[in-house]
Amino acid sequence: MPPSTPRSASPAPVLLKLAIIALVLLIFASAFGYAGGWLGSRGLTGSAMVDALQANADPHPGFRRNHAKGICVSGYFEGNGDGARLSSAEFFTATRAQVVGRLALAGGDPYVADDSVPVRSLALQLRLPDGQEWRTGMNDIPGFPVSTPQAFQELTEASHPDPQTGKPRPDAMKAFQARYPEAAAFGERLKASPRSSSFANDTYNGINAFVFVAADHRRHRVRWSMEPELPFAPRTAAAAEPAARDALFDDLLTRLDQGPLHWHLIVTVAAAGDASDRAAEPWPADRERIDVGRLTLTGASSEPQGSCRDIVYDPLVLPSGIEASDDPLLSARSSAYAVSYRRRAGEPPGDSAINDRKAGSAP
Amino acid sequence: MKLHARFRPLARLLHWSMAVLIIAMLFIGAGMIGGAPERYSALLRVHKSIGITILLLAAIRLVYRLLHPAPALPADLPRLQRAAAFASQVLLYALMFALPMVGWAMLSAEGYPILIYGGLQLPPLMHADAMWYAHLRSLHSLLGYLLFFTVLLHLGAALFHGLIRRDGVLSSMASLRRP
Repeated sequence: MPPSTPRSASPAPVLLKLAIIALVLLIFASAFGYAGGWLGSRGLTGSAMVDALQANADPHPGFRRNHAKGICVSGYFEGNGDGARLSSAEFFTATRAQVVGRLALAGGDPYVADDSVPVRSLALQLRLPDGQEWRTGMNDIPGFPVSTPQAFQELTEASHPDPQTGKPRPDAMKAFQARYPEAAAFGERLKASPRSSSFANDTYNGINAFVFVAADHRRHRVRWSMEPELPFAPRTAAAAEPAARDALFDDLLTRLDQGPLHWHLIVTVAAAGDASDRAAEPWPADRERIDVGRLTLTGASSEPQGSCRDIVYDPLVLPSGIEASDDPLLSARSSAYAVSYRRRAGEPPGDSAINDRKAGSAP
Repeated sequence: MKLHARFRPLARLLHWSMAVLIIAMLFIGAGMIGGAPERYSALLRVHKSIGITILLLAAIRLVYRLLHPAPALPADLPRLQRAAAFASQVLLYALMFALPMVGWAMLSAEGYPILIYGGLQLPPLMHADAMWYAHLRSLHSLLGYLLFFTVLLHLGAALFHGLIRRDGVLSSMASLRRP
């Protein structure tokens, strides 16, 4: 466009100046496009992680992209005071925190047979009367197979069934474990750890390390677990029967109709030299373990009727007194959970395998 | 030709500090989507705090702008450019309020505790609701892209005034020399 003021320059420099302006805008737009990943992929993103998880099951709109089959539980957590020397979080003093949780099975299939899934999970949202919140997602496996988001992505991809046959690909998994010896070591630990008969007598481990900050500002690197009051009982062969498809959930509902279930929150404190940024690396068994409080679950409710379906069990929702560690999986979990929630929140929820069921004082 | 009047110092301070924050926010937001998952939580934390800061600054700036109108545009500016300048400024002001408000409402609908500045908890703007979250989350992105293109247009127009028209509009906001 020709300029209209008398002080404008001659046409050639105007073209040059227009080119300069265009170049500035192009650089600005390209930088934005690069930051957002719209100018081609530049590595792993939260969306790519959820895409890979989704590829491991048929599409199930409205469900979580992982740990899709689950049930809402409710109850409370009471700190016994012993955690106070490690963390100033009010959850560890006598205050009772309300709990809305979820017991679930790993994987993207909300109708999967319970016994076919090697990983069970317990996710908790703990809330104090003053609005402080603590969310945690725990698995019943001995540690974690990987330590980085990239390794987790490769694990998810190695778990993809063969597109032709729909069968698992043991070669892909072997190749993955060859690249990540810690995953092979985890596989051995998993094989050696007996599976329990119930959600109720299972131990759930917090996957990542966190930092407890005490009132005196001292920082302690910790991992945590929920250990059941019920004694361990091994899974029986009957669990593999076709009729036992929802047996773990039926069992949980039956037990909660009979009375509350209890776990203890056991905090393990790292010693100098223990890695807090490598979830796949177990800490030596002689580390200090402290029972900091008791979880009581009083009721359960199937997801469509319960209040856990729309909770994102993001491990970085932490109260004052608990902070993230340097574990890179924590941020990746936040990112992937947010992507998963964004996708499922906009979809009409599908029919759950467990529906119209309640037990105990249901949420 | 009469030299174009300048924006007042406080107006310029607000403009340039917000320019830095808004451009940083556009890139932080883009990085949350397209960046490495390891950096997501740190970006999100900063994004929330800067967002609320922009909302506060936008409120101060709007009041100041209403009390002290902007210098008049050059009399010879074509009507279409004049209309475009007015519309883009209204849009920029609207987005400076809308993006943080939609972000705040979106986190409320998501059911997250909204912590800013390292521990201050904001009250939710609405009840947790999945479908509302999905819509607000999409709207937040849409408005973010709109803000990016408006900023791009604003930058292009400013350079057009400064390099080609040389009518004092750019220096009314950008010049460090005394008028």
